[in-house]
Amino acid sequence: MFLEIVQLTVYGIVLGSVISLGAIGLSLLYGILRFAHFAHGDVMTVGAYLALAGVAGLGLPMWAAFGLAVAGGVALAILIDQALYRRLRRTAPVILLISSVGVALILRSLVQFIWGPDTQVYTQELQMPMRLLDIKLKSTQLQIVAGTVALVVVLHLFLTRTRMGKAMRAMADNPDLARVVGIDTERVVVWTWAIGAALAVAAGIFLGMDTRLQPTMGWHVLLPVFAATILGGIGKPYGAIVGGMVVGIASELSTMVFPPVYKPAVAFALMVAMLLVRPTGLFGAPR
Amino acid sequence: MSLLEMTGIRGGYGAGDDILKGIDLRVEAGEIVVVVGPNGAGKSTAMKAVFGMVNVREGRMIFDGMDIMRCRSDRLARLGISYVPQENNVFASMTVHENLEMGGFIRRDDFAGQLDRVYDIFPPLKEKRGARAGALSGGQRQMVAMGRALMLEPKLLLLDEPTAGLSPAFTDLIFEKIVEVNSAGVSILMVEQNAKQALGIAHRGYVLALGANRHEDTGANLLANREVADMFLGG
Repeated sequence: MFLEIVQLTVYGIVLGSVISLGAIGLSLLYGILRFAHFAHGDVMTVGAYLALAGVAGLGLPMWAAFGLAVAGGVALAILIDQALYRRLRRTAPVILLISSVGVALILRSLVQFIWGPDTQVYTQELQMPMRLLDIKLKSTQLQIVAGTVALVVVLHLFLTRTRMGKAMRAMADNPDLARVVGIDTERVVVWTWAIGAALAVAAGIFLGMDTRLQPTMGWHVLLPVFAATILGGIGKPYGAIVGGMVVGIASELSTMVFPPVYKPAVAFALMVAMLLVRPTGLFGAPR
Repeated sequence: MSLLEMTGIRGGYGAGDDILKGIDLRVEAGEIVVVVGPNGAGKSTAMKAVFGMVNVREGRMIFDGMDIMRCRSDRLARLGISYVPQENNVFASMTVHENLEMGGFIRRDDFAGQLDRVYDIFPPLKEKRGARAGALSGGQRQMVAMGRALMLEPKLLLLDEPTAGLSPAFTDLIFEKIVEVNSAGVSILMVEQNAKQALGIAHRGYVLALGANRHEDTGANLLANREVADMFLGG
């Protein structure tokens, strides 16, 4: 029993890493653009498949494919923003929201068109999990958690030490005042897409490493990612990390009681409970 | 030549009705100019018009010899105008220090010296430099807002009701600081509800009503004016 809880918590941290990386981007985008980006899960999918193209297609090592996929995902996100979302920014929020659902469908269809509907994997090699005091852990899972920690540290340094990172926080905090101090808000928007997409690509690759690649993989984690974003207080990137871990661990622990197919439902229930008890999230200011 | 000269300004927000119906305002270099008037007189709007946040449909606006009609806020900041809004005038989730840094955001030069000067003007900010601006008291927040605006070393500082909602002690302190900033060479255009005290430190004042000029005189003369006293100063 105790061992099972620890084991599931470890899996929960792995899943939570993936969810957190997605949720940070979603939260940043919401904070800057006041826009719930429904295509975020499918950006994750695109990222995972771009890495597959690097590994399987070009025969690159994983780290190089990772870099390639991040570059591709960032370029794609900025392109979509400039070509589509930017024109809709002054319209009603619901139009932007629905258009992002459309983008989600297009991205998913594109992935299916290019790579096919079948399940794929980065490597056929069988991985033997390591055993640490009877806790099983695959080396890919260790890489996922370590990679997430590294990315979060880099993000933190970016947001607190660089000019653009501070401008981004300023704009999320108070867009009118950001304009008053002379921040070029369109440039901040482009940077926000770059960072959100880079983290989403990383999340997609990590998800692919932990499980398999499927055209619907990102869409299926979108709900837990949204749950984590709201749990952490939407618009608060640091809250999204905690939210992601809570959702990930709670989802895995729930498999002790419910069949695993209900994992997203657990995330959803957590989100609803949070909205009822504390609508601004764990780290949101109480209203 | 005046530092700021606005003539016949008409305009409002977006495509809405004119709130400013032909306003004239002037700030000479080195002056404190106070704008008072009843609610809805267009005081704050007149100030926002200077900072490019109002759709000005008619009139002339010259700052430091340059035409600034329909200028964007970031360009005005570069020309030497800083604006302190009445509400939400700090980055609440950022530290005091970061707020001041954001004030110098568009500066490409080293602004460490100005940072020290701002801390000298507002010593309480130095103690609270690591605190989140949103956690400060109203008076300290106003200091952060003014300090942030001073980071650009502006020629003209626009203050929209800097003492709104402050305790009498903090109100006195903020007025003292305004005089101190002004004597360091920064011209000030401010809107105030607290008309008596504000006109007391003003070189000149304007009384606006219904989007137009009603009176213009020195601060002392406006304070002595019966009609102004009856209308706006509470007798």
